[in-house]
Amino acid sequence: MTSRPRSRAVILPAIWLGVLFAFPFLLVFKLSLSDSALAMPPYAPQIDWGGGLAAIKTFFAALDFEMYARLTSDRLYLDAYLTSLKFAAGGTLIALLVGYPMAYGMARCKPATRNILLMLVILPFWTSFLIRVYAWVGILKPEGLLNVFLGLLGLDPVSLLYTPTAVQIGLVYSYLPFMVLPLYAALERMDHTLLEAAADLGSPPWRSFWQITWPLSLPGVVAGCLLCFIPMVGEFVIPDLLGGPGSLMIGRSIWMEFFANRDWPFASAVAIILLFTLVLPIVLYQRQQARALEAGR
Amino acid sequence: MRRGPSWFNLVSITLGFAFLYLPIVLLVAWSFNASKLVTVWGGFSTRWYAALLQDEQLLAAAWVTVRVGLLSATIATVLGTLAAIALVRGGRFRGRTMFSGMVYAPLVMPEVIMGLALLLLFVAMGFDRGFWTVMLAHTTFTLSYVAVVVHSRLVTFDRALEEAAQDLGCTPAQSFLKVTLPNIFPAVLAGWMLAFTLSLDDLVIASFTSGPGATTLPMRIYSQVRLGVTPEINAVCTLLIAVVATGIIIFSLTQKWRTGAAARGPRQEVS
Repeated sequence: MTSRPRSRAVILPAIWLGVLFAFPFLLVFKLSLSDSALAMPPYAPQIDWGGGLAAIKTFFAALDFEMYARLTSDRLYLDAYLTSLKFAAGGTLIALLVGYPMAYGMARCKPATRNILLMLVILPFWTSFLIRVYAWVGILKPEGLLNVFLGLLGLDPVSLLYTPTAVQIGLVYSYLPFMVLPLYAALERMDHTLLEAAADLGSPPWRSFWQITWPLSLPGVVAGCLLCFIPMVGEFVIPDLLGGPGSLMIGRSIWMEFFANRDWPFASAVAIILLFTLVLPIVLYQRQQARALEAGR
Repeated sequence: MRRGPSWFNLVSITLGFAFLYLPIVLLVAWSFNASKLVTVWGGFSTRWYAALLQDEQLLAAAWVTVRVGLLSATIATVLGTLAAIALVRGGRFRGRTMFSGMVYAPLVMPEVIMGLALLLLFVAMGFDRGFWTVMLAHTTFTLSYVAVVVHSRLVTFDRALEEAAQDLGCTPAQSFLKVTLPNIFPAVLAGWMLAFTLSLDDLVIASFTSGPGATTLPMRIYSQVRLGVTPEINAVCTLLIAVVATGIIIFSLTQKWRTGAAARGPRQEVS
């Protein structure tokens, strides 16, 4: 029995998201086909609504893929693009290596302890992203806390701020909770009698892990990796605050094109390329989430 | 029998949490440092907090941020809850895939792209950028989070209760207000809080969609951070963390109290 108010619930959010989410993407796409201009807003052509059909025709005729051609010919953007993918892949892998033992350990604690630890993983998610990245500036800078600490141990100071290493640390640090939560959810659900059965049958622990625990936790691994990888690729704050000129990432180049160079069509083209790169992982993630929701019902 | 955590588990948990919390703890501790130098501990002092109260630009930014947060979180909660209801209860309506895609896409969309897209919309519509455009932008990206939180609660809610209410003569609207809403209310409240903190924290989307006169607190902090680490910023950050942490603690305490009351009361909480 479907009552009508239920189906009417869709109307308001659908209109809102249609106008403020779906439609703007069409605008970004359109703008990426336009040319830069010294005007406000800084692009051409503009639609002349009063000009009738002929004006709309000339408008469409003026659109082209020039910005994309520039994108492939400019080494800087290709580099930024590859750097983003490299950093995101590396950051995801390190987060997995750090997060898996954490989630595994949490799942083996007593239920009361588990809930407190779970809360502690979620808590950083509520604290400002900007603040958490900024905290690392104070630690990594040459006269920062890390070097004070190393000095106390009698070790040589290291200069990490504005290096790719700093960006990598920042990425892992900021997205670690996104990795731990799905891993924990998968590991906590696991049936531990399986491991006991394996042990009874003479399987050494490492083998039980590879043949039982790891395969069963795979949905969590996939979800965690996608959840880290997708936002890492487009990250702006971390490379901007922690990275130097050698770690230009694509999110930061969109920002620079937009605010510093005021080249809106070019920034839009970069954004569209970034979006196309992320479509596959985003769709993968959504399908996996949908499956998990159906299973949880 | 289930074995407890091994030493390896304990070490990885300890190191993991140290990594997550040490930077924040250090930042909070250094906001009370009397010395302006990071390397020197000059004794305990609250002088940087006092200095904040003199910073009018900062206070103005904080006020803008709070207003944007309150308004956008409230609208996002209404829209997000409606979206969750439509997804859980709407059945297979036309365009459902498209709709759920739109609801959940902002969760994984890079902020830079969201900000750019919204800015182009506001420019195309001829809106003056400022308070209202930031508010609209924040509502749009936070409503997805509300939808997720409410969604997870709604799927566990027993629909037979609603049908019982309707059999007893409630209209669908009444059964929603009297039965469904009180039951999913903790999730709605959690969604509001999440939306509010996300709005409070957002830098990228606000930077794109804001205009002169509507600088938010993260934008202000960001412009200061670019100039270097100062004790004043540490103090602002500590205050922000304190506000959010207090909110969460109060929220989880009321949750405990609510579920406790429900378990003691005649009506059992349905979960």
